[in-house]
Amino acid sequence: MSAGAVAALPRPSRSAAVGAWLRKRAGAMLVFALLIVVWEVAVRALGIKEYLLPPPSKVWTEFWKRHDLVMGGAWVTTQEILAGYALAVAVSVPLALAIAYSRFMEQSVYPVIVFLQIIPKIAIAPLFIIWFGFGFTPKVLLVFLLSFFPIVVASIAGFKSADRDVMDFARTTGASGLRMFLKISLPQALPQIFTGLKVGAALAATAAVVAEFVASDKGLGYLLLQYNGQLDTPMVFAIIVLLSLIGLAVYYAVEIIERIAIPWHVSQQGATHDAVL
Amino acid sequence: MLKVVTKAVPAPADGDAAAARRVYVDLRGVAKTYRRGHGAAARATHALEAVDLAIREGEFLAIVGPSGCGKSTLLRIIAGLHPASEGVVEVGGKPVAGPQTNLGIVFQSPVLLEWRNVLDNVLVQLELRGVDPRPYRERAMKLLAQVGLADFADRHPHELSGGMRQRAAIARALIHDAPLLLMDEPFGALDALTREQMRLDLEALWMATNKTVLFITHSIDEAVLLADRVVVMSPRPGRIEQVMDIRIPRPRGLEARRHPAFVEAAERITGIFLARGVLHGAGQVVPPTGGDPP
Repeated sequence: MSAGAVAALPRPSRSAAVGAWLRKRAGAMLVFALLIVVWEVAVRALGIKEYLLPPPSKVWTEFWKRHDLVMGGAWVTTQEILAGYALAVAVSVPLALAIAYSRFMEQSVYPVIVFLQIIPKIAIAPLFIIWFGFGFTPKVLLVFLLSFFPIVVASIAGFKSADRDVMDFARTTGASGLRMFLKISLPQALPQIFTGLKVGAALAATAAVVAEFVASDKGLGYLLLQYNGQLDTPMVFAIIVLLSLIGLAVYYAVEIIERIAIPWHVSQQGATHDAVL
Repeated sequence: MLKVVTKAVPAPADGDAAAARRVYVDLRGVAKTYRRGHGAAARATHALEAVDLAIREGEFLAIVGPSGCGKSTLLRIIAGLHPASEGVVEVGGKPVAGPQTNLGIVFQSPVLLEWRNVLDNVLVQLELRGVDPRPYRERAMKLLAQVGLADFADRHPHELSGGMRQRAAIARALIHDAPLLLMDEPFGALDALTREQMRLDLEALWMATNKTVLFITHSIDEAVLLADRVVVMSPRPGRIEQVMDIRIPRPRGLEARRHPAFVEAAERITGIFLARGVLHGAGQVVPPTGGDPP
């Protein structure tokens, strides 16, 4: 037949892909570095008071002086994020599966989940203190609560996304329900599940800090409030940066897993060369 | 286990040779009614009305008709994907109850699995059947070469054009060497030139095998150029208007359009669609309700 007349296009190598990635982000990194320099220079040149806006260098030196204490708090917060997030993933994906494949679950449980989603979850945090005290548990539960809904909703959409014609094709092979699920429905659902996982990951750090704000004696949220009360603005900045880095690390960890689990989807998003007949 | 891809069975040159063959797909009084709503408010839509059709072994049969004439429903009934409301459906002498597995199926969309490359998309046919795909790799590569995708076996669907994806879907429908190939408007989403090429290539591919093909299309040209017999259907309720033998020697190639038999058959089908209000002649006022038959 005729399509073979067109030669296959060469594929970009892995090192070339890394180079392209760096080039794409070089601009953003440069702008970021520039912003920090402008901040440093402007604060010093305009004589802005340190408790209003400390220069980046001061944020760094203050952080370094107390990094043992702060890193201890960061570890506590990280544990809360990871435990809560892991719990959310462990509960929401199987639940989504049950809702997607059981009419009863879809009609009885799903509407309740949709309704509960409307509740501002952060408003529940004080209640968790009454129920579970000041320790680790209420923080984990709030992280769970915030991460849970986006993962459930996205996973349900993913499991239900199978195209009718694909399933009809599969039925003409006589495949069992389990085989169809493993070979078609599950891989098909993964991109949407990962979208939910990433949204959940982004919310997890927020949830942990809010839970610590409400009542705690350790963690970055607790330290943040302490330093804020002392008008120790450089330390407030240091903790905000640290929190952002933790959030970013969790998010990118999920994204790396996504790249490993569904490379076909990631490469599809970044597909640059045009298809030919 | 492994059969050779090409079989030297001569394609029937005319309808008489085909008529002598055994009936492979047999429909008797097949009707399909969809019901919406309950009780007094229930409304029945007659998608198909009393269809009698026999597809002979090794025959290339095309069904042509406008959208909504039930031709896709008919294909799904034969595949056992939809139950018929009335009538008897037999494939290979056995009544159809539930999805049929001794066939290959191609839809208008290629429905390839995005996470598998072309070769693995062909082999999934076997994996879903619980068959070890490894012994079939060689056969799959041969099939991919036949459909012009030899250089694209390791590519993923998103790297292919629409025509190439559909070629992969055709290879997937042939890998397990089932005697029946069902094609539901397989070229419907392709541009005119790709479509023409696919049509030529499909004829060559079919002539190299001994498959029974049911080909659904809304293109009069495509039906007449490809098929041994063309079934003309009209809409609402879907029913068979006419069955005609197409006696054009194969391979039909690009010249077949000038063949008197092509011109005659195409004109007859057009005439049926004009009479049924599916088509409206130049200068004719189009009724506002569309093309419902009187």
